[in-house]
Amino acid sequence: MELDPVMLARLQFAFTISFHIIFPSFTIGLSAYIATLEVLWSATGRDHFKRIARFWTKIFAVSFAMGVVSGIVLSYQFGTNWSRFSVVTGNVIGPLIGYEVLTAFFLEATFLGILLFGGDRVPRWLHVTSAILVAIGTATSAFWILSANSWMQTPAGHEIRDGIAYPVDWWKIVFNPSFPYRFAHMLNAAYLTTAFCVLAVGARYLLGNRHEEEGRTMIRMAVGLLAILAPLQLFIGDQHGLNTLKYQPIKIAAMEAHWDGSEPGDFNIIAWPDEKEERNRFAISIPRGASLILTHKLDGLFPGLKSVPPQDRPPVWSVFYAFRVMVGIGLLMIAAGLFGVWLWWRGRLFTTRWYLKAASWGWWIGFVAVLSGWLVTESGRQPWVAYGILRTADATSPVLAINIAQTLALFVLVYGVVFGAGIYYINRLIEHGPVGAAVEDPEPGAGPPIGAAEAAGREAL
Amino acid sequence: MEWYLPLIWAGVIGTAVALYVILDGFDLGLGLLFPFTRSESERDQIVRTIAPFWDGNETWLVLGGGGLFVAFPWAYAVIMPAFYIPVITMLLALVFRGVAFEFRHIAKSSKKYWNFAFWAGSLVATLSQGFVLGGLIQGVKVENRAFAGGAFDWATPFALVCALGLTAGYGLLGATWLMMKAEGPVAERARGQAKVMLAAVMILMGIVSLWTPLAFERIAERWFSTPNIFLLWPVPVAAVLLAWATWHWLDAGRDVLPFFASVGLFFLGYFGLVISSFPYLVPPSLTVWDTAAHPSSQIFMLVGTLIMLPIILTYTAYSYWLFRGKVPEGQGYH
Repeated sequence: MELDPVMLARLQFAFTISFHIIFPSFTIGLSAYIATLEVLWSATGRDHFKRIARFWTKIFAVSFAMGVVSGIVLSYQFGTNWSRFSVVTGNVIGPLIGYEVLTAFFLEATFLGILLFGGDRVPRWLHVTSAILVAIGTATSAFWILSANSWMQTPAGHEIRDGIAYPVDWWKIVFNPSFPYRFAHMLNAAYLTTAFCVLAVGARYLLGNRHEEEGRTMIRMAVGLLAILAPLQLFIGDQHGLNTLKYQPIKIAAMEAHWDGSEPGDFNIIAWPDEKEERNRFAISIPRGASLILTHKLDGLFPGLKSVPPQDRPPVWSVFYAFRVMVGIGLLMIAAGLFGVWLWWRGRLFTTRWYLKAASWGWWIGFVAVLSGWLVTESGRQPWVAYGILRTADATSPVLAINIAQTLALFVLVYGVVFGAGIYYINRLIEHGPVGAAVEDPEPGAGPPIGAAEAAGREAL
Repeated sequence: MEWYLPLIWAGVIGTAVALYVILDGFDLGLGLLFPFTRSESERDQIVRTIAPFWDGNETWLVLGGGGLFVAFPWAYAVIMPAFYIPVITMLLALVFRGVAFEFRHIAKSSKKYWNFAFWAGSLVATLSQGFVLGGLIQGVKVENRAFAGGAFDWATPFALVCALGLTAGYGLLGATWLMMKAEGPVAERARGQAKVMLAAVMILMGIVSLWTPLAFERIAERWFSTPNIFLLWPVPVAAVLLAWATWHWLDAGRDVLPFFASVGLFFLGYFGLVISSFPYLVPPSLTVWDTAAHPSSQIFMLVGTLIMLPIILTYTAYSYWLFRGKVPEGQGYH
């Protein structure tokens, strides 16, 4: 069997980056949540805020470590797997990633050290400040990496000479057309993802009749946030979609499985896009729904897939279905948030067991939405790696297919073990709950503080 | 500008790599020494000495790799495919080592596996870095500014000696770090380990220093032509003197000086390699000027670096100052 190096390189990168994005999606939101709790504790002096903050900080430490190690891999894979990409776009993309390291990575890493181990060595205000700096660091990291990704989607501020991109206007490069939308969409997605995790843990405690004070606070904060951010995400997503229609119309055509641009588009709730026949089978659709959403007119027209030759089209199937999964989860999130607030208003939020049960099982839906969203935007950019500048097939390294296949197998194996263990240990910490050594300050004069999760872990087991 | 910008950037990346080698060097060195501990509480004590720092230390690796991508995309695009196998092996090893920090705190029955992962991850990452180093010194086959060699070009006896030398060097940094930052039997044992490692470093460094001019004409030319030889002779002499002083301080029971002397040895070794290879970023064909990014990219990034690097160094130093002092015996749990 002939191995295709491009396909293998894509598979490997898709695997490592999908694995990685899970952790930032969680830690961006979680760091903001911890900072909020630390500030609330400082302002009100109520100790349960501190207990909750310390509890989530342990979980943050484990998740952050997995995010860091899987992220380092990516910064090298641009070269190992995509060396042509590095050469063609390096002048433009390189500095954006450089700025991420300089403004975010060191900040997060160093102040996380103080947050975790500095409890008895720094004054309270500095501890709170460290939490805020970690949260700022994670968001700053998102800023730069989304700027880089957005430039790959909607390049601007550059010129091409001899096939190589050169910077012309840095402001236009950083704030390229799709960046503000993508950044808002992803940041909000990270906060939503975390809110569902916090909600799930709070619900689990209430259902088990333990840690009830902390559980109620977690649920209230999560539901309140969801009720605001989930509807907001619908609005941001809609704006992002309109922006994509303007700059990457074929991606939109694939998202809607819209083939013929000379007719208004239906919204296909479900369909079987047939790429050979260039039409949809078994479509259940809302007539002209897509036109209404995208052009705000019933007879509005937007480009179809057939407006470009087949070799310039993205894969329709994955883009179409990933988009539906993302939107479906988004709508579910809005329902969960609004219904939760309604229950809260009726005074039944902590007693409606079926709601708590559903919430305790739903911790993962944010992650699936994030992965689906990235699948839509990255697959939808194909066959380009940098839209209109470099095709994915021309971006690879001079590395043998067999070597890529071997390392891919290693990645799957290693990440499988590490990820499995990580989930298992985080679950242990959650099971143990916000009590005991997990959340207490070391006694004054007890010497240097102990390892972050170790005492908690010792008690948990 | 097109002449001196790449030189400035070579300096910045050289500094980042040097800081990485020193800072993650003692982290990895601790991992290498893990099998020689006697109890779980000793291992906890060892990890405690670096727990607040390891994450920041490893970030210098991202700055080194990322910086190469930013400032010298052509070099990045040659080096990464050329060292595909050792680079990916190193990354996977660092994954294991990194998560082992957090997991071994939480695990109980499976703690021994994460101890193993911590040791093996450190060892494999160190050896991989040594092979990349050796492979770079011996040179990379390049055609049309792209890598044109085979997947195992780096796997030579010379690179193996470099890998062993780096392993001994990290072991030395780790052992002297423990003498400085730990109390009790761990620190006492580290003193003996430091001597073994120091001897190994000097032997292996000596072999590399003789091997390179004999095997590579450009390196012999660099060191032994006049007037270079008159300017450069202090470098190896300083290394020998510093090694002798380190041994003396180890004998004399000093706790802090051996660590900084080991750092000094690393700098001298590093400096020697820079002398051998400069101005080539990818010996023997691509110089810093051949591989540089567009000046506009280098300037845009340099502005940020000049502002951010002092800030980063300040809060990093603050963190080391905050967690100053020795970690007492049995201070794993409380």
